[in-house]
Amino acid sequence: MDQETVIRVEDVHKRYRLGIIGSSLLTDEVSALWARMRRRPDPRLLVEKAHVQQRRGQYFWALQGVSFEVRGGDILGIVGRNGAGKSTILKLLSRISLPTKGRIQLKGKLSSLLEVGTGFHPELTGRENIYLNGAILGMRKTEIETKLDEIIAFSGIEHHLDTPIKRYSSGMKVRLGFAVAAHLDPDILIVDEVLAVGDAEFQRKCLGSMRKVADSGRTILLVSHNVNAVHNLCNSAIWLDQGELRMSGGTHEVVRSYLEKYAVETHAQEWEAEHAPGTEELRLLGVKATCEAPGGELLTSHPLRIEFELLNLGITDDDLNINLRVSTHNEVVAFVSNMEREVGRMVWEPGRCKVSCTIPAYLLNEGGYRFTAIFRRNNQRLFQVNDAVILEMRQENEEDLPYVRRPGVVHPKLRWER
Amino acid sequence: MAMKDDKDQWDVVIDPSRAWWLVDLREIWRYRDLLVLLVRRDLLAVYKQTILGPAWQVVQPLLTSLTFAVIFGFLARMSEAGIPPLLFYMSGVVPWLFFANVTNRTAQTLVFNAQLMTKVYYPRLISPIATTLSSSVSFLVQLGAFALFALYYHLSGLHAWTLGKELAMLPVLVLVLMSIGFGAGLIVASITTKFRDFGLLLGFGIQLLMYLSPVIFPLSRVPEGGVLRRFLELNPMTPVIEGFRAVLVGSAMDWSTLVYGASCGMVLVVVGILVFQRAERSFADFI
Repeated sequence: MDQETVIRVEDVHKRYRLGIIGSSLLTDEVSALWARMRRRPDPRLLVEKAHVQQRRGQYFWALQGVSFEVRGGDILGIVGRNGAGKSTILKLLSRISLPTKGRIQLKGKLSSLLEVGTGFHPELTGRENIYLNGAILGMRKTEIETKLDEIIAFSGIEHHLDTPIKRYSSGMKVRLGFAVAAHLDPDILIVDEVLAVGDAEFQRKCLGSMRKVADSGRTILLVSHNVNAVHNLCNSAIWLDQGELRMSGGTHEVVRSYLEKYAVETHAQEWEAEHAPGTEELRLLGVKATCEAPGGELLTSHPLRIEFELLNLGITDDDLNINLRVSTHNEVVAFVSNMEREVGRMVWEPGRCKVSCTIPAYLLNEGGYRFTAIFRRNNQRLFQVNDAVILEMRQENEEDLPYVRRPGVVHPKLRWER
Repeated sequence: MAMKDDKDQWDVVIDPSRAWWLVDLREIWRYRDLLVLLVRRDLLAVYKQTILGPAWQVVQPLLTSLTFAVIFGFLARMSEAGIPPLLFYMSGVVPWLFFANVTNRTAQTLVFNAQLMTKVYYPRLISPIATTLSSSVSFLVQLGAFALFALYYHLSGLHAWTLGKELAMLPVLVLVLMSIGFGAGLIVASITTKFRDFGLLLGFGIQLLMYLSPVIFPLSRVPEGGVLRRFLELNPMTPVIEGFRAVLVGSAMDWSTLVYGASCGMVLVVVGILVFQRAERSFADFI
């Protein structure tokens, strides 16, 4: 396969103005001009100094000195937290805005999908919009004509083609938009979070067509918040951190370092006895999550063990209960496990002891989970440790399927019979 | 694999120091299909779900001309003697509305297409060119309607005038009008990215300019040497409107004044494209 460099990003900087941008009032400028003419200080600087400074003085560097290269046929994932500059780099690459400094060179035809269905006009029919959208994305009319049947078949909305798209459901619009996008045939494709829309079946279709693009030797750049998607789809990755390139290389290493660095995951915590969370009677010295999968990877296909190390300072009877609350990153509680109900009461020796809870394989879905431990005595809450463990479960790669995250907070393996 | 670092090897170079004063005509040509589709969209979308449909393109100038004919023609007697007032006003209102349309819609392109421009790249000049072209299609339809009216007046003996060799000037007039409107629109569009006030002022400004153009009265009735006359002579739209009148209803015209209008048009287009290209570069960062 051709391995020449198709994208070269050299020392790219992008600066944005902070504060209220683009809406400065004419009256402001006129009064400033009037003051200048009378050699008086600018009124904008006298009144509300701080406010004005925020308006004109402050700049924000969205990207600083970013350089990287992408070779033909690569699928490059871009990871980073919110505000790290991921969207900015996509905007620069797709020529929507210009870098403040630096240079980007591209080889071949580039199409970017920062949005599906860009430029759809609600009054026009589905068919008319296929042409319009295709042309906006840089297709020639003859090209659209030859692919029209395929596009229509891909969208699955043959029966509504001559209906104005304002009568379409949002799902239909997305499908139509993606159908056009999937037939762009670019040399370089830029995709931003497109995976987040549509149902699972549609996501699969999209990913399938992305794979097809990649298999034909073309280059894809993918930005996603979903580290799993990057991990499963890309063969190389870059990590942006506060506008700077932190790391680039193979997906596996980049994603691992990214996850290690960020408190996105807290697989284990330890405290010294004096500072450990707890009360006079009981303290939590440590918590640790382990998976029995080979290499300790957190896979949904293997049991996950959450182990607590406790320091018992004064509980002599059997009246101690631990609740483990498992929730997703957006605070949806997946389930709560109550130790007392599961195993009954236990007698506690003074001093250090370990308690663990095992979550069976094929219960958790892939994605992020937060574990909160609540310690209770006499039906009263002693203390609670929020987000004692934060982790990201991964699903084992199934060879035959493109990556699709199944919806739901859990994904148990159930038995079906007939 | 040998790595040739030849500059010509790259298809696209994104560089902030790229010259903004160059117009990439080749790229605009590559996007000609988009241009055609945008013009089509403009023409189709506006009249969907209306009863009269494209007939609206004729109704608006007709009603305006009727109003003017009644108020300024019959009551104030400002129209030119020897020409039926309705015909006189139509011959001025049709090109004026065309000019107002081109200017307004060009001025709005950046703000109007903001959503699109922050999501996808295409040569930004395509948008104002498309609206200008679709306005000129409407203009041609209106011109056709005017011809029907003129024919009726001619056949019924109300206005004895036949098209002469002035007709050859029609394409020139259309070009001059388009360049003034397009250029001025681009300048306003560029300013509106920074000051929204200008967008709101524009409608009023065009209205005002109409009274400083020979739309509701012929230039010949404005006394020479007066303030109004001087304004009219400064206004590049004056020879354009007068020229349209000369072609359409056969009024007198000093064609040498059109040179001034055409020069203003050329300057406006060049300046307009330059400031637009400059504003467009940072536009996506501002909205």
